[in-house]
Order: sequence, then C-alpha cells, then structure tokens
Amino acid sequence: MKPNSFKRCCRVILGLMLLLPILSIGQENAAEETFTQALAKLKAASTQERGLAIEQLAAVQNPQATVVLKALLDGRLFTLKADDKLVIGEELELDYQISAAENSEKLGTVDRSATQKITLTNSLRTSLRKLIGRLELNDKDAGIRLAAVNAMAKSMDDESLTLLHEHLVAEQDKKVQKAITLILGLEQLNSADQAQRLSAIALLKDQASQAVVNRLNELVDKDAEGHYLEADSDVRNQAEAALAKINSELQVYAAIETLFFGLSLGAVLVLAAIGLSITFGVMGVINMAHGELMMLGAYTTYVIQQLMPNHLGLSLVVAIPAAFIISALVGIIIERGIIRFLYGRPLETLLATFGVSLFLQQTVRSIFSPLNRSVATPEWMSGSLQINDFLSLTWNRLYILVFCLLVFFLLLQILKRTRLGLEVRAVAQNRNMAKAMGIPTGRVDALTFGLGSGIAGIAGVALSQISNVGPNLGQTYIVDSFMVVVFGGVGNLWGTLVAGFSLGLANKFLEPYAGAVLAKILVLVFIILFIQKRPRGLFPQRGRAVEG
Amino acid sequence: MNRLSSKLRTLGIAVTLALVASGANAEDTIKVGVLHSLSGTMAISETTLKDTMLMLIDEQNKKGGLLGKKLEAVVVDPASNWPLFAEKARELLTKDKVSAIFGCWTSVSRKSVLPVIEELNGLLFYPVQYEGEESSKNVFYTGAAPNQQAIPAVDYLMNDLKAKRWVLAGTDYVYPRTTNKILEAYLLSKGVAKKDIMINYTPFGHSDWQSIVADIKKFGSAGKKTAVVSTINGDANVPFYKELGNQGISAEKIPVLAFSVGEEELSGMDTKPLVGHLAAWNYFMSIDTTKNAAFIKQWHDYIKNPKRTTNDPMEAHYIGFNMWVKAVEKAGSTDPEAVQKAIIGVEFPNLTGGTSKMLPNHHISKPVLIGEIQDDGQLLTVWQTNKLIDGDAWSDFLPESKAIIADWTAPISCGNYNTKTKKCSGQNF
Repeated sequence: MKPNSFKRCCRVILGLMLLLPILSIGQENAAEETFTQALAKLKAASTQERGLAIEQLAAVQNPQATVVLKALLDGRLFTLKADDKLVIGEELELDYQISAAENSEKLGTVDRSATQKITLTNSLRTSLRKLIGRLELNDKDAGIRLAAVNAMAKSMDDESLTLLHEHLVAEQDKKVQKAITLILGLEQLNSADQAQRLSAIALLKDQASQAVVNRLNELVDKDAEGHYLEADSDVRNQAEAALAKINSELQVYAAIETLFFGLSLGAVLVLAAIGLSITFGVMGVINMAHGELMMLGAYTTYVIQQLMPNHLGLSLVVAIPAAFIISALVGIIIERGIIRFLYGRPLETLLATFGVSLFLQQTVRSIFSPLNRSVATPEWMSGSLQINDFLSLTWNRLYILVFCLLVFFLLLQILKRTRLGLEVRAVAQNRNMAKAMGIPTGRVDALTFGLGSGIAGIAGVALSQISNVGPNLGQTYIVDSFMVVVFGGVGNLWGTLVAGFSLGLANKFLEPYAGAVLAKILVLVFIILFIQKRPRGLFPQRGRAVEG
Repeated sequence: MNRLSSKLRTLGIAVTLALVASGANAEDTIKVGVLHSLSGTMAISETTLKDTMLMLIDEQNKKGGLLGKKLEAVVVDPASNWPLFAEKARELLTKDKVSAIFGCWTSVSRKSVLPVIEELNGLLFYPVQYEGEESSKNVFYTGAAPNQQAIPAVDYLMNDLKAKRWVLAGTDYVYPRTTNKILEAYLLSKGVAKKDIMINYTPFGHSDWQSIVADIKKFGSAGKKTAVVSTINGDANVPFYKELGNQGISAEKIPVLAFSVGEEELSGMDTKPLVGHLAAWNYFMSIDTTKNAAFIKQWHDYIKNPKRTTNDPMEAHYIGFNMWVKAVEKAGSTDPEAVQKAIIGVEFPNLTGGTSKMLPNHHISKPVLIGEIQDDGQLLTVWQTNKLIDGDAWSDFLPESKAIIADWTAPISCGNYNTKTKKCSGQNF
C-alpha cells in the first residue's frame, strides 16, 4: 500500500468515527422507516411481498411489530375499505373494535363489511410462527417460551440455532431447557466429531420424540444397494440400540392408543343404541325412525347454538335437556299416533316407522335446507390431551366417553329406582299381569317410548360434536344401533353397554390389519355367526315372560 | 244431406285446426329436463344445481327465450336412487320430450342414465368433476376430467410444497378408485417410491376417523414432507377434518388437498380446523372478475339469500347451459343430432376470466385453480394454471387407456378410438 493511500484510508476511518453518533440516530429513524414501510407492504397483493414484509417486521426492534405479527397470525389484521388503513380488530358481537396497527391507538368500532382481512397462506403461517417464536423466546411466561422453541424447531435454520444456544444458558425452566437440549442434540448428531455424536445419541435415547426417531432411523437406513448410509459403525450400533429401546416404548403407546380409539367408538355406538335398547329391547318396537330422533337432537343443538352464539360451551349444556324434551315429545307423538295401533304386528310397525323416518328427514330438509349445518365445537372440546409425542387423546372423544357412561348409569338408575322404571319393567315382563295390577299400560308405553326417544335426542347432541348435522345423520347410525342391541341381547341395558364397547374395540383392533372397509365387514360377519349360535345375544333375558 | 256433410266437414276442419293449434301451443316452448336428486343422500349437493338450472332458464327467458320460443324446465326427482335416475331420464325423453337434460352428480347415477340416453338419443350435460375413462356421443362433460383437477393438483404439491410422501385417501367407490389409480401411476412415473405412497379407502359416510388419522400422522411424521390427496366424498369430510384438527395435524404440517370439498360443503362445516388445507377446482367463488360478481349477485337475487355460496358444478352448468343455447342457435333447431354437431367448437366465457371451448371429445377446456381454505369458508387462490387445460377423456397415465382418444367429429366419430390399432371399440363407458 502506498503511504498516500494509507493516509487517505485513515482519514476516511476518522471521518466515519466522527459520523457514528449521527449515524446511530439515523439508524433509529431508519428502523422507524422500515417499520412503516413493512407495514405498508403487508397490504401487497402478492404473497412474496407480504412474506418479505413479515421478515422485515420481525427484524425491526419494535415491540409493536410483535403485536402486529401476532394479530396477523390470528387473522385479526385488516385494512379499512374506506381509507386503506391497516388496523387490528377485536371481535365484538357484530362488528370489530379496531386500533391502529402502527401504535395500537384506539379507533372505535367498525362494521365487519367495512374491513378486508389480510390473508395468509401456509408458507406465510410457518414463517410467521418461526419469527414470532424468535421474538417470544425471552417472554416471562415459560409456557410461551416453550411454544416459541417448538415453533422454531419446526423450521430450523442457523439463526434460530445460534439464538437457542445463547438462550439455553439463561433459561431457568426445566421443560424449556429440555426442549432446547433436544433440538441441540439433534443438531449435534450432524457434527463431525464421533464422541460428540455418540454423546448426542445417549442423550436422545431417553427423550423419545418423533424427531428423534426419524433422525435415528436415518442413521440406520440402508441405500438401494444395501449399504449403510452411515459410514461410522459405532454411531450406527449405538443408534440401533437406542431405536430398539424407543420402539419397545412405542408399542405400548400404540396399544393404549388403539384401546382408546376402540373405547371411544364404542361409546358412540352405545350412545346411539341405548335409546333403542329401551324402545326395541324393552318394548319390542322395531323403531326405524330411531336415527331420525337422534338427528332431531343434533338439530336442536344447532338451533340453540344459533340462539346463543356467544356462549358456545353453555349452549351445548342447554342443548342436552332441550334435545331430550324435543325428541321425547316427537317420540310420544309417534307412539300415540301410530305405534300403539300396531303392537304385536312387528312388520307393520317396521314399515310405518320407516315411513316416519322418511317423513322426518324430508321435514328437516324443508325447514333447514338439505345442506349440512355447521355446529361449532367449544374450545374445551377441541384439540387433544397431549401425554407425550406419541400418545395424545382427543378431548371430544374423552368427553363423549364420560358422557356416555353418565347417561348409561342415569338411565339404569331411572329403570331401577323410580316408579316409572318399576312400571316399565312390569309391563315389559308381563303386560296382562301388569294391567291386572292397575298399571296404566297405555301411559307407561307412551312414557317408555318417550324416554327411549329422549335418550336418542341426547345422543344426537353428542354426535353433533363429531359428525355432520344434516338430514342423513340418522341413517348413518341406525344399522349400527340395531347391531349393538341385537348383539348385546334384547332387553338388557348392560348387554348394550358391553356389546357397544366390544364392537368398538373389535373394529379398531381389526382396522390396522384389514382396513376400514374390511374391518366393518368382518365385524358384521362375526355378528351374523354369533347370532346363529346364540340367537338371543350376549345376555339373553331369562324366565317365563320371554317365552310368552 | 249434402249440407249436413259440408257442415260436418267444416266441423272436422275446425276440430283439426283446434288440435293443430293446441299442438302448436305445446310446441311453443322448448323443454329442458333437470335431473337432480331433491331428496335422499345426494339432495345435499344436487338441490343447489336444480336451483341454478331454474335460474339460468329464467334468465334465458327474460332475454327472449331460444329460437323465438320460451324455455320450460321439467324438474324431476330421482331421489338419490340410481335405477330411478334411468327411469326418470326415460320419462323425460319419451313422455316430456325434453330437448336436453342437465343432471346427475355421482358417477354411478351417470352410468345408470347412459344406456337410456344413448338408446333414445338424448343430450345430457354432466356438471361434476369425475374420473374420466368415458366419452359418450350423447353426454357432454362440463366438469373436470382427472387431468383438469387431479394431475395439476399433484404437480402443485410436488413442485411448490415439495411433498415427498403421499397419502391417497378416498371413499370406496368408482371415482376415488379410478382417480387414485391414475394418480398412483402418475406418482410412480415421477419417481416416487412405492413405500412413500399410502392408499386408504373408507366406506361411504365413514364417521370414525381416529385410527386412519393416527396412521396418516405416523406416516407423515417420518421426516419427509407429506401431503394428503383426498377424494373423500360428502358427509365423511366433516368428521375427517375434525379429527385432523383434534389430533393436531395442521395444514402447515400435512396439507390435505381435497377434490370434493367446495364452498357449499364448507358452509356446513366448522371451518376452524380446516384453515390452510387445500382444494382444487376450476372455479372459486372468491375469484375476482366482473362476470363472477354478476353471477353471484344474480344467484343471491334469485335464491333470495345473500349468504348462499356458489361453487364449481354451478359454474359448469352455467357454461354447459350457455354452450347448449349457442349450439341450438347455431343449428337453428333443438334436434339432438344437429346440436351434437353444432356444439363442438362452441366457445363461451367462463366465470374465471377465460373462454371455455367444447372439444371434440365432449369435454371442455378449463383453468385449474388451487385454493387454501380460509376461516370464512372461502377458498383463496394460491396457484393457477396460466392457460386453460383441455379435458382428456382417457387418461394418458393408465397403460390400458394410454393409446385411446375420443373424437366425435368426422372421420373418427368415436368415443373410444385406439390410435395404435386405428380401431373404434364402441365401448364408450
């Protein structure tokens, strides 16, 4: 370097040093500017532009940026149609409470139709979650930090990795620490040093998660010619040992999961069948409209939810008695209007109730349109109870399982301990004798049928949470219901319970081997064979009354 | 005597004239058959199409009808009962003497109508996306063939979302089975390994998805990007998506691309667990063109409910009906034979900004759109073909139909023509 140019260099550096304080002020302004620019760019039509804007926002050191990004992810970021202003909206009953995106200044309320939502695609959502994760890594709440770490893990890059490394030192919470070490352990496997990798495997062995299994599988995989992909045999053997340990754990989880699936399918079957086991089992009425009574229950849930749109959870609770009453009333009308003239003539009853079922379906079509209705699921019923990475139980199924048992035991108590129950059993056992004892059999018939129908209505409320609410809802379940009742033994509530759960379990244990279609067929064939052997089902009624 | 006979003659003439006049009166309208289920399982989808047809016919009458005559809709209800479709089609053609039938939804209903419509030489416009492998002289397929929906959708998943593992999940009947057969052949030809494809069928109206969704989750968490291509039909979709949401499978992790879920189906679902999942169609209600805005407004005015959605099969009927109108005008008559000849090559602007054309194989050209489901039940376009795609009746990816084409213009005039052996098999479906 020539001395001359050296001098010039020095001068430039000196000049730069002098400029520094001015520059840093300029930087602040610049940050402010990028923030506003990025906000403006969020309104762009192209997904790419919006993606860039999101990254810019995340890079700006501005707490407001986090607020905007979160609002965007939650679908609460809008532009006003009138002046194209970017606002954050909070949902009120009919309109939005809005505040300015750049400084959260309250701007009052606007009508929903006056706003245009900033739309997101999957790729934008993934990048948003990652970026928000980075910003939230220093949150006070350990739960948020954990979620942040997990969000970052989903799309790992070098920047996130350095951030996590730095953060691990400061992290106090055990769970978050564990999550970070797991991610870092997975990264450590990529290291060039054998000792590092072996220690990583030892660490990962005790932290079974899907990511670990995948990574370990990669280590023991062979290529098309049968050569191992992993050159280092020590690492490979360790990985194999670790996998064997994890896999034995996994088998236990898989068994528990299938058991749960079977029980929850069984619960749905029992709920659908239990009303029928009263009308068909106890009264001997083949009620083809049973499915439609469930459908009425489901529609009641829909109507009640429409009436109280802001209390999702409560509306579901209210729907239970309401559905019971409506279905029971319709049931009583059917019984008094049609069925009572047909006692002792099962074929005619079958035809008549089949007609009733078509009538009810078409009525619902005329009132509510043939389209399905959407019944929302309350927050506490969606998602799943995450036990670990391999085992999670869905909340709605858990609730329905509990609900099914509650309904069952309640019904059992009604039949055992109330006067109505006593009369029902008396009429079922010997109608003439009961009549001679002064029991008003006509009234008891109506009430029994109402009770069975009401229970069907309650089942409809539960079904509305896992299935379609539409005119065809009943048809889907009617065959299954009859199957359960006949298999369990006509006239026996316990039989229905046991039959429902065993059919559910059989179905779910067969499904992985045979596929859904074949599993269903196999279960049906099994029932046919079983009925050949024991025509009265699992728990047949005994005694003279049956013969008569 | 003479007088009497002349009187009688006058009377006779008068009577004949009256008869002719009344006959002419009946001839004053052109009858259009609407063959959609208004009750039973399929009423959920088909009722809307019946209303769409009535709206289109109404609109055409306001414009002065067709060939100087008014159009008259003859609506029948085949009640989701497949054999009844054939009976009703026969009734429409022989008793009501309709000039064209617009109808059917499921493939099985179309297959049941086909022999009748070929025997009586009627016209059927079929508005729903289907599995292809068919081209009848008497049927016009205004819905998508597999190469206008399934293949581009898979391309999108492969190229844009970089999917490496595939779940083909469908309901167990002819459309999903054939579509998945085509897709599997296509994926294998693109170098996807057999172990990276999982095919799963479920019965109609399947409601317990726990094990299958758990399987998909396991299959999809093996480290490679996984996508689900769903040909799950109708009612089974709600419990399927609910289970996906509850088991924590988000669209970002494992996107599900559906061929049978549109705006209408979405309006009956709780959309929370669905946001971000995909659907492939040739039309979305959210498409921003003036034609579409006018169509939506017309629909809302007609049905008197501003919340009703429009969907892909409705657009198919819109295009099909207008193509038929143009063909009748071109032919100057409603005679099926003349219309069949005239309609080939007829162009009509579709609602998404392009101009669809009736091709010699009785399919039409359409754009392919892929949308992400938004929480308001609309589909946001994330990808679309840059030009219209011509419908291909016989898939090029199945070995048995590779060499087969359909061309109803001279000199081939055949729905199943083998380009290798130069023979027309006559087996059109």
